[in-house]
Amino acid sequence: MAYSEKTRQQYVNTLEELINAGLFKRERFIHSTQAADIEVEFPVGNDLKKVINMCANNYLGLSSHPDVVAAAHEGLNTRGYGMSSVRFICGTQDIHKELERKVTEFLGTEDTILFPSCMDANAGVFEAILTKDDVMISDRLVHASIIDGIRLAPAIHDTFKHSDMEHLENKLQLHSDKRLKVVITDGVFSMDGDTAKLDEMVALCEKYDAMLFVDDSHSSGFIGKTGRGTHEHCGVMGKIDIITTTFGKALGGASGGCVSGRKEIVEMCRQKARPYLFSNTIAPVVVSGVLKVLDTLTKSTERRDKLEKNTEFWRKGLTEAGFVLKEGNTPIVPVMFFNAKLSQDFSQDLFNLGIYAVGFFFPVVPNGQARIRTQISAGHEMHHLEKALDAFIKVGKKYDILGKTKQEIIQMYGS
Amino acid sequence: MEEIKDVVLKYVIEEYLEDDSEEITYDTPLISGGIVDSFSMVSLKRFLEVKYKIQIPDDEATPEAFDNVNRIVSLVKKFTEK
Repeated sequence: MAYSEKTRQQYVNTLEELINAGLFKRERFIHSTQAADIEVEFPVGNDLKKVINMCANNYLGLSSHPDVVAAAHEGLNTRGYGMSSVRFICGTQDIHKELERKVTEFLGTEDTILFPSCMDANAGVFEAILTKDDVMISDRLVHASIIDGIRLAPAIHDTFKHSDMEHLENKLQLHSDKRLKVVITDGVFSMDGDTAKLDEMVALCEKYDAMLFVDDSHSSGFIGKTGRGTHEHCGVMGKIDIITTTFGKALGGASGGCVSGRKEIVEMCRQKARPYLFSNTIAPVVVSGVLKVLDTLTKSTERRDKLEKNTEFWRKGLTEAGFVLKEGNTPIVPVMFFNAKLSQDFSQDLFNLGIYAVGFFFPVVPNGQARIRTQISAGHEMHHLEKALDAFIKVGKKYDILGKTKQEIIQMYGS
Repeated sequence: MEEIKDVVLKYVIEEYLEDDSEEITYDTPLISGGIVDSFSMVSLKRFLEVKYKIQIPDDEATPEAFDNVNRIVSLVKKFTEK
């Protein structure tokens, strides 16, 4: 054993620094299924509290849907619990291939490969398809998992200002001599809830012979008229070269992800992507659940339509109450407080009133941009949203921020 | 012809400063000051190489060599004068 007291103390000190800096993350324990109504133990050791969940990625309310749970049970019974192997040894079942086919159909792409998570898909894809002669040009607000994937790839990396198409074009010109170019963006940006301009990006990529990569984790299943994602919303289905997405949010919320797109790129991932090669794929029970989710969403748009209506109600209600929101039209509705402590205090007051919505502050979001990111679900009924809105207004009055501008809130509480 | 130091300063301001009220000079620490992260340094290097038709070897493109506009200018001159 070489875990000396000196080594232990190093970690103790680092953890204390995190606590002192207010950056120490604490989990809240949910004692129920994931849903609009949950039972939470927080702080740890306290009695359970029934609250309305306003911060899950459970956009379509399918995480605990009886049909999905039943399909998962069926999968467990017929295909077992685990595979005890990576895909290319003896870890591929018929249902894994079926899911890859179904995702390809759903997203309107050429082929799909499953990954244990979208984090893994993003971590593995760039290294598998690019060399040192290539360039990756990413939006500055892409998800952390994409940043990790970029760091692992041998190609050079450049960025463009968030959703700034002129800046992107400058960068495409700057790197025009590179062998391969890939432009990288989120479909819907997770912290701001805004949508990438995929139609303009497709046009630029065609002009400069660049591939387009979109992480649609916060879109698949509900953005676009039939919920296929940001590419459907922007009218560019079939024109995105690489889509990564997750099954851990709207599509059942369990786990797993994929790379979907041009068949050669998918095949390159199958041959070279390390998270695919050196890790078990999605467990059969989860695959069975996701198959049911896709089946449900293909048959009816009822859930994404309800989500759209819920989102409209929520955004309108908060706006009329006088909150400062990040603009957008997705179920991610960030309520801006700017000051970190205010966002935390507000969140705690909401919790006391039975509303669970977590505050985010630096370094998760830029300094002075503290917020509560509310996320709407098709699992919310009108009474959930009305109660949550009442609570927001009550707490908003307490802190006297209703109807106040960004500058006025910063003046009152600091940034 | 626009001086190298002004070209570099303009690029850094336009490329990396999100807040218009921030001011930087030829001596402002860029990397150690947190204005340019080591990730973005690659794009700055690329800009200089394309703009001045030079090749900066990776072992010369250190965070220290890119830490302010004056140092970057010295680096560019070293390779343009070769």
